[in-house]
Amino acid sequence: MKDITKLTVAQALSGLKKKEFSATELTEAYIDNIEQNTKVNAFVTKSFEIAKQQASEADKRYASGNSLPLDGIPLGIKDLFCTKNIRTTACSKILGEFIPPYESTVTNNLLQDGAVFLGKLNMDEFAMGGSNETSCFGPVVNPWSKDKDLVPGGSSGGSAAAVSAHLCAASTGTDTGGSIREPAAFCGCTGIKPTYGRCSRYGIIAFASSLDQAGPIAQDVRDCAVLLKSMAGFDAKDSTSYDTPVPDYESFLEQDINGMVVGIPKEYRLDGMNKEIVAYWDKAAEILKSGGAKVKEISLPHTKYALAAYYVLAPAEASSNLARYDGIRFGNRKNGNSLDELYINTRTEGFGNEVKRRIMIGTYVLSAGYYDAYYLKAQKVRRLIHDDFMNAFKECDVILTPTSPITAFPIGDEKMLQNPINMYLNDVFTVSVNLAGLPALSLPIGLSAEGLPYGMQIIGKPFDEQTIFKAAYKLEQDTGFERI
Amino acid sequence: MSEYVIETAKGKWEVIVGLEIHCQIISKSKIFSGASTEFGDNPNENVSFVDAGMPGMLPTLNRWCVHQAVKTGLGLNAKINKYSEFSRKNYFYADLPSGYQITQFRYPIVGEGKIRIDLPDGSNKDIGIERMHIEQDAGKSIHDLSPTKSYIDLNRAGVGLMEIVTKPDFRAPEEAGAFLRKLRSILRYLETCDGNMDEGSMRCDVNVSVRPYGSNELRTRCEMKNVNSVKFVMQAIENEAKRHVEVYENGGDIIQETRQFDPTTGQTKVMRKKEFAHDYRYFPEPDLPPLVLDDAYIESIKQEMVELPDAKKTRFINELGLTAYDASVICENKEVADFFEKASAGHDAKKVANWLIGDFFAMLNKRKLSIKESPVSAENLGNLVELISKSVISGKIAKDVFEIMSETGDSPEKIVEEKGLRQVTDVSAIEAIVDKIIAENPDNVAAYKKGKTNLAGWFVGQTMKMSQGKANPAMVNELVKQKLDK
Repeated sequence: MKDITKLTVAQALSGLKKKEFSATELTEAYIDNIEQNTKVNAFVTKSFEIAKQQASEADKRYASGNSLPLDGIPLGIKDLFCTKNIRTTACSKILGEFIPPYESTVTNNLLQDGAVFLGKLNMDEFAMGGSNETSCFGPVVNPWSKDKDLVPGGSSGGSAAAVSAHLCAASTGTDTGGSIREPAAFCGCTGIKPTYGRCSRYGIIAFASSLDQAGPIAQDVRDCAVLLKSMAGFDAKDSTSYDTPVPDYESFLEQDINGMVVGIPKEYRLDGMNKEIVAYWDKAAEILKSGGAKVKEISLPHTKYALAAYYVLAPAEASSNLARYDGIRFGNRKNGNSLDELYINTRTEGFGNEVKRRIMIGTYVLSAGYYDAYYLKAQKVRRLIHDDFMNAFKECDVILTPTSPITAFPIGDEKMLQNPINMYLNDVFTVSVNLAGLPALSLPIGLSAEGLPYGMQIIGKPFDEQTIFKAAYKLEQDTGFERI
Repeated sequence: MSEYVIETAKGKWEVIVGLEIHCQIISKSKIFSGASTEFGDNPNENVSFVDAGMPGMLPTLNRWCVHQAVKTGLGLNAKINKYSEFSRKNYFYADLPSGYQITQFRYPIVGEGKIRIDLPDGSNKDIGIERMHIEQDAGKSIHDLSPTKSYIDLNRAGVGLMEIVTKPDFRAPEEAGAFLRKLRSILRYLETCDGNMDEGSMRCDVNVSVRPYGSNELRTRCEMKNVNSVKFVMQAIENEAKRHVEVYENGGDIIQETRQFDPTTGQTKVMRKKEFAHDYRYFPEPDLPPLVLDDAYIESIKQEMVELPDAKKTRFINELGLTAYDASVICENKEVADFFEKASAGHDAKKVANWLIGDFFAMLNKRKLSIKESPVSAENLGNLVELISKSVISGKIAKDVFEIMSETGDSPEKIVEEKGLRQVTDVSAIEAIVDKIIAENPDNVAAYKKGKTNLAGWFVGQTMKMSQGKANPAMVNELVKQKLDK
């Protein structure tokens, strides 16, 4: 029998329906993979017993002919999603052995559709990082690593690596500045960050509330469409979720892209940009053109301010969102002789350096006397970036850009570690999308000379994920990217 | 009102006061979660995951709290802002689970308004309202249960508050007292806050500064947090103002600081100096979209507004002929005003007011009853007054009847009938008594006739006594005079 863990979600669903294998068999196959491939370090909490239980229930439903949309599909869940009765840590020491008594809306939606949860996936601590190196559980190793161990990207590094190494059929991620798309690109996966408000944030540990969105990381475009359909939807428990029907994304995949206008933002052509990525970018545009799309240069004039604005706004919100980790009600506590000492001891020990750095930046930019110069200014830039996109979308349907200016780099890379700005620069193509609240998908476009995947990003209009899926599907079909 | 001036050997000083009042919103559930707001339940019984600041939890705005805030804003004669925003006020404390309070900062739901206060001399003054915003309450820290531990009760965490900020319009402690009484009265009329300062559902921060009498400068102010009764607020202002004067007159300077009022000594002491003041790092709450209200919504709340104390008072004066004093006493409390309206319907309203403020309140006080628990119903009080007006009983007998009413709850008619207290207005019956007394007391009659005319009162008294108080006093008076002067 062929390796059923190599199947896409859509293929596995079809196999399950045809009774080619059972959900229990599929789940156990993934459990085997996870136990054999420990090097990737993708799973930080394994919930195999729960998974087997869920799989057996799925099998019962298949037997009775009442199967659910994702019945028996084994998923990995980023450790930022609160999962009822399963330890949730955000890969931070400060949460310790925290076991939520509640389920996030997104994971609940997946459970309602019959998904099986294999466990919780490694990530940068509190989703802060672009390499999965800030996790308290240690770095994730990119399955594409050759001689040196490479990072999987971040913050959803475990989510991308687990999919890439076939440790789960697909996974959930979250994206605040590129945390789904960058690791998807580095690991040769496909991931979509939907429009802000498309997925509920209820039960997802907050990093930067106005930017955070959940989305799937999967092997291909179709799987992303299938999973997003299940994850998305209005939720009264999240006041920023949007009350509009979720389309059947899968039904758009094979639609013609003839006449679609694809925008290429000239500001994204950075000086001294890697020639390989430029070539792939041109190739992607050609493929879309061959499908009947028109390719057009557009302008997003405030692009150069995006990173700076992002690294003011995201830490500002984070500094406030992380105040609740104080050792009083849950997670780890380190006592002191006074309340202030308890806070200082708990947070000094509980948070890693990158999280501390962002709390400090965020606290600073919100401080009296600095608020106007930093936070308020950044909010104004954010508005301008949003307006840039809205203007651009008057003349195009989707925007095509690379996902990241580079491919996966080695774990412990000197250049990245000596100056956090170098790490932040990897987000240059992704953060604008979060600032504008737009949907964007990353899919693999090809390999570098060293054999590492490059990702291409397709940005869409608000709540127009379906057009992104159409374009992405066409690109995927004609790219012929070969997964591991 | 006469001016409130602090006068010392060295000079005269004027007091400037502004208030910030936190009012708990009357609502079944908390402002950003579905947990109950019940007061007095077991510690941490009414705490949702949102209230406890658990990871990934999000606030959702309770529409009823918005409704209550708009209603209150209308009651404060204030501008309702159709656009308002929530902000986070960041600080660490053990009873603030999220590490920030969700409040409103730059864009409050209610803008400028004013309240008219009634001063003891019968004059009025308008006090400006700067703004009112809505926010969540913190939990409670309990430090005195253990020498080494603090306990946290999060039942109150997340209860909706309205924070009303006045303009610095107060010039005397009495004005602040009158304001708080009026505000409490309005809130209770509106049923948006129960106004119980002793339970902490209405809490007052007091800002005090002084300046040389006649000057226009604004000097450094000190804030006293959580002063929890009207009396203490007035005391705090008086003592804090005196402290300022003393400091200035001794060549010192007042430092901006937060102070605590100690009810046992009546004095204030430093709580937090300015250099330790929190930097709250306010920023817009990203978990909640801006609050946008439309005209139809505000209009619909206007439609359900009840008559407020000032309007009611004016009506009682103009239409029912009450004195300003009686009207304001009756209107301070809506239940009293409602009781009064019921009692006075169809009767002499002024007399009903006298009875209500006099004997009726005295009876409630003596029996330690609220007006709701009164054994005397509004209808019966009105009927009692009616019996006096119609001369069925005298005012004196009415007091006895009222006494029985408050024992038994019976109607005055029933008591008058059963006890045979109906006033005697039959001339011949009264005449018979008067004749009898004149016949039995020839000496007094002679003395009267010799010029001791004030003996007439004695004859009246005897007649009343013999009639067991039931004789119509006016008729007795007239008959006695007639007969003696014959």
